[in-house]
Amino acid sequence: MNAAAAQSGPLVQVNDLHTYYGKSHILHGVSLHVGRGEVVGLLGRNGVGKSTTLKSIVGLVDASQGQVLYEGQPVTTVPAHKLARLGIAYVPEDRRIFRHLTVMENLRTGFDRQGVTDERRKALLDKVFSYFPRLAERRTQAGGTLSGGEQQMLAIARAMMLEPKIILLDEPTEGLMPRMVSQIHQIIDALHNEGVAILLVEQNVPLTLAASQRVYIMEKGVVRHHCAASELDVNHAVIKQFLGV
Amino acid sequence: MTRHNKIYWAGFAVVMAVLIIAPLVLPAFWGRFLTEVLIWGLLAMSSDLLIGYTGMVSFGHSAFFGLGMYGAAAALLLVSPPNLWLAIGFGLVGAAGAALFVAYFSTRLRDIYFAITTLIFSQIFYVIIFTWTAVTGGENGLIFTRPHFSIPLLYDARFTPTMMHWFVLAVVTASYLFLRRVTQSPFGMVLQSIRENEGRTRAIGYPVQRYKIVSVMLSGIFAGLAGVLYAIQNQFAAPDFVYFVTSGDTVIFNVLGGIGTLVGPIVGAGFFQLLRELMSRIFGDQFPYLIPVGFIFIAMIIFLPQGLLGFARRWLNK
Amino acid sequence: MDAVIGLIQAIPIDLLIIQTVNGIVTGMILALVASGLTLIFGIMDVVNFAHGELFMLGAYLGVIVVATTGNFWLGLIVSSVVVAVLGAALQVVTLRPLIGRDPLNTILVTFGISLILQNYALWQFGTVTRKITEPISSYFTLFYLQYPWYRIVVTVLSAVIIGGFWLFLKYGKFGVWIRATTQDRVMAQAMGIPVPWVFTGVFALGAAMAAASGVLFAPLGGVAPTMGLDWVLKAFIVVVVGGMGNLGGSILAAIFISLLEAYASIWVNPSQAVIVSFVVLILTLLFRPTGLFATPK
Repeated sequence: MNAAAAQSGPLVQVNDLHTYYGKSHILHGVSLHVGRGEVVGLLGRNGVGKSTTLKSIVGLVDASQGQVLYEGQPVTTVPAHKLARLGIAYVPEDRRIFRHLTVMENLRTGFDRQGVTDERRKALLDKVFSYFPRLAERRTQAGGTLSGGEQQMLAIARAMMLEPKIILLDEPTEGLMPRMVSQIHQIIDALHNEGVAILLVEQNVPLTLAASQRVYIMEKGVVRHHCAASELDVNHAVIKQFLGV
Repeated sequence: MTRHNKIYWAGFAVVMAVLIIAPLVLPAFWGRFLTEVLIWGLLAMSSDLLIGYTGMVSFGHSAFFGLGMYGAAAALLLVSPPNLWLAIGFGLVGAAGAALFVAYFSTRLRDIYFAITTLIFSQIFYVIIFTWTAVTGGENGLIFTRPHFSIPLLYDARFTPTMMHWFVLAVVTASYLFLRRVTQSPFGMVLQSIRENEGRTRAIGYPVQRYKIVSVMLSGIFAGLAGVLYAIQNQFAAPDFVYFVTSGDTVIFNVLGGIGTLVGPIVGAGFFQLLRELMSRIFGDQFPYLIPVGFIFIAMIIFLPQGLLGFARRWLNK
Repeated sequence: MDAVIGLIQAIPIDLLIIQTVNGIVTGMILALVASGLTLIFGIMDVVNFAHGELFMLGAYLGVIVVATTGNFWLGLIVSSVVVAVLGAALQVVTLRPLIGRDPLNTILVTFGISLILQNYALWQFGTVTRKITEPISSYFTLFYLQYPWYRIVVTVLSAVIIGGFWLFLKYGKFGVWIRATTQDRVMAQAMGIPVPWVFTGVFALGAAMAAASGVLFAPLGGVAPTMGLDWVLKAFIVVVVGGMGNLGGSILAAIFISLLEAYASIWVNPSQAVIVSFVVLILTLLFRPTGLFATPK
């Protein structure tokens, strides 16, 4: 393996990805990349394929054509559980925490890995509980008894347990109160400061533009616009074109 | 006539011709072999209505087969002189009764649970038949004489092996044609819709459980008919045939031959019997032929789930 | 009703207690068998038709080890381990390719496996019933009977195995993996849990439980190639009555059915007493198809 290539190129590279759902052609050749430690936004209307793109990267959806590269290596056919251990974490739409497991057990699924010493485990837990004090209070409660916002916190905390190099966030602010939206923004910033890359799929345009360095905009299964986040604002023509009602 | 129909009926005619001539040219052993294949084929075909068309796997067909057999035995032992048509009648009634009983309970459950409950119910019948020695002869079963082939006031003759073969062939062919009509009828379409998506079928408004019960009963009746034929052919009824193994064999015939084709299971039955015969001739009849058959069975499910005739499934159902 | 009470009062109390003990003994073995079955079904959605044959093979392996080493407990351990490995191999070769397909395929494949295993046993071991002598041959006096201590040991051991297994599910790392996989297979994978191997492990565990039951049962009833079918049938009934995928329910159902059968054997012979379990099944299907002992998960 070429260490130099791994270090110099983007962390995640997606080239011309095509996927199908039965006979429906969902992704028509998506290409994007996320650099180390970068926060990249992925915007678009409902149904354009944003979630499917994330799922393809994580290994939960099979690509019929195209490539996904991680640290320079093709991982298109690598199974999801191996990708998780390589450092790609996924926080899905509707959270999907393990409802019948306690908060602590939910977190365990992430840190019960080879090579994680007890010290590191404790350090990870301390860090996560400092980000999310409410989870610390509820650590022996079943996941299903948490409120929507707390479940979102748990889903992100669980992903952090994997000590990932990149976290794929799918609509983290959906259904959350405005106060929690700013909390999500803070978490994204904090993760960014730690050097974790983030690929953020969102409907909330202001949040995405504020938190990301670059954004992609998708329409009908392809990327149609790509630029630095600073070039856009809520009223920009491009935003109105691809996301307006 | 469409082109498809012409080819289909031409093929049908050829197959019929071969089967009719067969007992005249084959040595006695193979003639009987073919007749038995047809009987097992009928049993397997009855099961295909459930597995292939309604999407319900039954492990309980031995009960229907067995009750058809014992029903016929009852008619042939109780009424003198033994009457062919009465035997068929008793057998069908017995099988229908069993089918209604099983259907009523099992159709409450779906998929795998249905399969398990049919298995358990057929074992219930086995235990009853095995232990109710006074009525069923228990372990030893019942022996009786073969009735004449008689059409009242017109004809009466003993069955020769060739006549027996033609009679079985006629019954099996008639059953095939009837079942084919059923699967192509509106009723049959609903069954297939249940197989494809039970929830949606129910949502549209069909009383799914009632359709399932009728499907199980039809399946059971034809399985019973196979049992009647077996009883008449071999002149005995034994609890072994009500034991699970018969149900298991039926499922094997279905998978080997191709579900959802009606004729596939008959081919599957033939293939299985042929394999068994060949292996016992090559390796001696102590050889556990079911071991290689088991391997073939598993391999087919994984690699060739549509069975031997599966490739022709759409064509055969048009 | 009076007739029934009269009937019950006519039974000598010592016979009733003896049958209660007998019922619990067979009930615990049945519970162990059914637990393996329910585990595999609840976690993997696989109806393991070959479970009875794994029980039977376990018993035969026990016979072989005891015949060569004379040590019953060694037989129990070796048998469980070997059958667990066999189970894992079977799962990887025949069931993994079927993941994602209609669950009816798995019932057919496990049926095929049971066919092969049963005929293999018939071929290798013949139809003569084998016996293992009990490892503990002392008795205690229960009323007018000399009751074997071994039977009590079997009951306790079965309970211990089931209990240990329940603890494992609740607290161990693999226990969390198994529960996560059962609840959300997709997210379990996304969290790095090697789901295909979790399934293999669960199947191996279920197989080990079946084998252990076989060895424990062997001194009580003798070992024959066809013993699997009767046990798997009863186990299926237990699983349906207890609520499919419900571990606690299966255990209660196993004991309940075995007790009823033990009491029924006071009046009828054992091969007819089995009708009791059928009746319980029918009643369950009529009135509580989700399971008599089904508790909300």
